[in-house]
Amino acid sequence: MTLRLERVSHAYDGRPVLRDVDLELSEHRIGLIGANGSGKSTLARTLNGLVLPDSGRVLVDGLDTRRHAREIRRRVGFVFSDASAQIVMPTVAEDVAIGLRRSGLGAAEQRARVEAVLERHGLAGHRDHPAHLLSGGQRQMLALASVLVTEPEVLVCDEPTTLLDLRNTAVVAQALRELPQQVVLATHHLDTVSGFDRVLVMDDGRVVFDGAPADAVAHYTALMGVDAGAARPDGGAGSGPRRSGGGYRP
Amino acid sequence: MTMAALYVPARSRRAVLHRLPAGAKLLALLVAVCALVAAADTAVAPASAAAAALLHPLCGLGVRTALRTLRALAPFLAAIALFQWLAGDWQAAARVSGQLAAAALLAALVTASTRVSEMLDLFERLARPLARFGANPRRVALVLALTIRCIPLVASAWRASREAYIARGLRGRPDAMVVPVIVGMLRSADALGEALTARGID
Ligand SMILES: Nc1ncnc2c1ncn2[C@@H]1O[C@H](COP(=O)(O)OP(=O)(O)OP(=O)(O)O)[C@@H](O)[C@H]1O
Ligand SMILES: [Mg+2]
Repeated sequence: MTLRLERVSHAYDGRPVLRDVDLELSEHRIGLIGANGSGKSTLARTLNGLVLPDSGRVLVDGLDTRRHAREIRRRVGFVFSDASAQIVMPTVAEDVAIGLRRSGLGAAEQRARVEAVLERHGLAGHRDHPAHLLSGGQRQMLALASVLVTEPEVLVCDEPTTLLDLRNTAVVAQALRELPQQVVLATHHLDTVSGFDRVLVMDDGRVVFDGAPADAVAHYTALMGVDAGAARPDGGAGSGPRRSGGGYRP
Repeated sequence: MTMAALYVPARSRRAVLHRLPAGAKLLALLVAVCALVAAADTAVAPASAAAAALLHPLCGLGVRTALRTLRALAPFLAAIALFQWLAGDWQAAARVSGQLAAAALLAALVTASTRVSEMLDLFERLARPLARFGANPRRVALVLALTIRCIPLVASAWRASREAYIARGLRGRPDAMVVPVIVGMLRSADALGEALTARGID
């Protein structure tokens, strides 16, 4: 599936957040990195019409997000960083199931899909548990499952691992890697974009780098004026020999 | 807090109630409560409360669920009973608190054995006639689901604000928490709304 941004600009209260962004995204795995406030979330949100551009347009397989929002949201799933905010129903299985309510599928088919997706995301044993009492990692897996049950063609994730510990970050990152779907992932966890087909670096509303993961991370760390190690979860700053900006090994 | 966890998975094969349709259970509840009020009997009311409590383990729900309901209700029961008793009518005290306890326990039986999604389907069906007046039954059901969903949301906004308040060494003036709690709730509601849109549930 091809996501196209054509000269997309967006401003909040007159302050530009996206400036003339031109992109064509069709790779299987696309990363989006950059400083706080650089516009990653805003860009991600334009991909399923949660944010409509002030000028320019966003096309999902040729459909304009401004006119086909409903159809596009069926094809483009979205996962937020705060999984708690996405939970709608009291129990795990019900929360996954509610996404299918208007799918037109029969009850048996719906149940089978819910079961399959719970199984795949390690939640089968928590079917009837209160969703808001799950651990942070389980909750993010639930958010993922709830979106994937509707079988979107693309999954856009806005910092899905930000609130997670190292182990759960690895679990969620692995789950994302294994998806058959196309994935667009905005993140500060630079390790999670290693092995991606394409990584974009954003700065002040613009895409300032577009290329392979290692090069993108090098560009980003140079841009930030920090050591690549300091940005990694294992925290390179402080002890041991400092790696140089290009020292990131995916 | 535990309100949203109302549904209790059955622990045994005796889960008769879990298998009954939501509509039948609600209707039975309505009839039972009406009968209880109509009978208004000093002996019957406490006896039905005891029976309702006994029904819990018989339906595979465990005594714990019944006790939890009674504990939540205890302050009100005590206040009402005390008031009636002081007014010199111990019979009314037994009757009213018995009725109240029985009704709450019966209602708990229904909620504990019915999934929210079953309840939603029922409300959606019941709200269908409203479609003629322009209401969307699916929306009506969704609003009910979200109301239940918002209970832990309010609780967590309150807890977060209270912890921040204590951590900063503030004391007295609990009214200072009103604004952060409301802001926290609005922010969560915003995020929830966005998630609903993104998931195509609207
Ligand atoms: N709803 C909003 N209203 C007003 N301003 C906003 C809103 N959302 C984002 N902004 C502003 O837009 C700019 C870009 O925000 P955005 O969330 O896209 O950045 P980001 O790259 O995702 O940052 P982070 O890494 O912190 O998540 C920021 O300056 C932010 O303050
Ligand atoms: Mg962001």
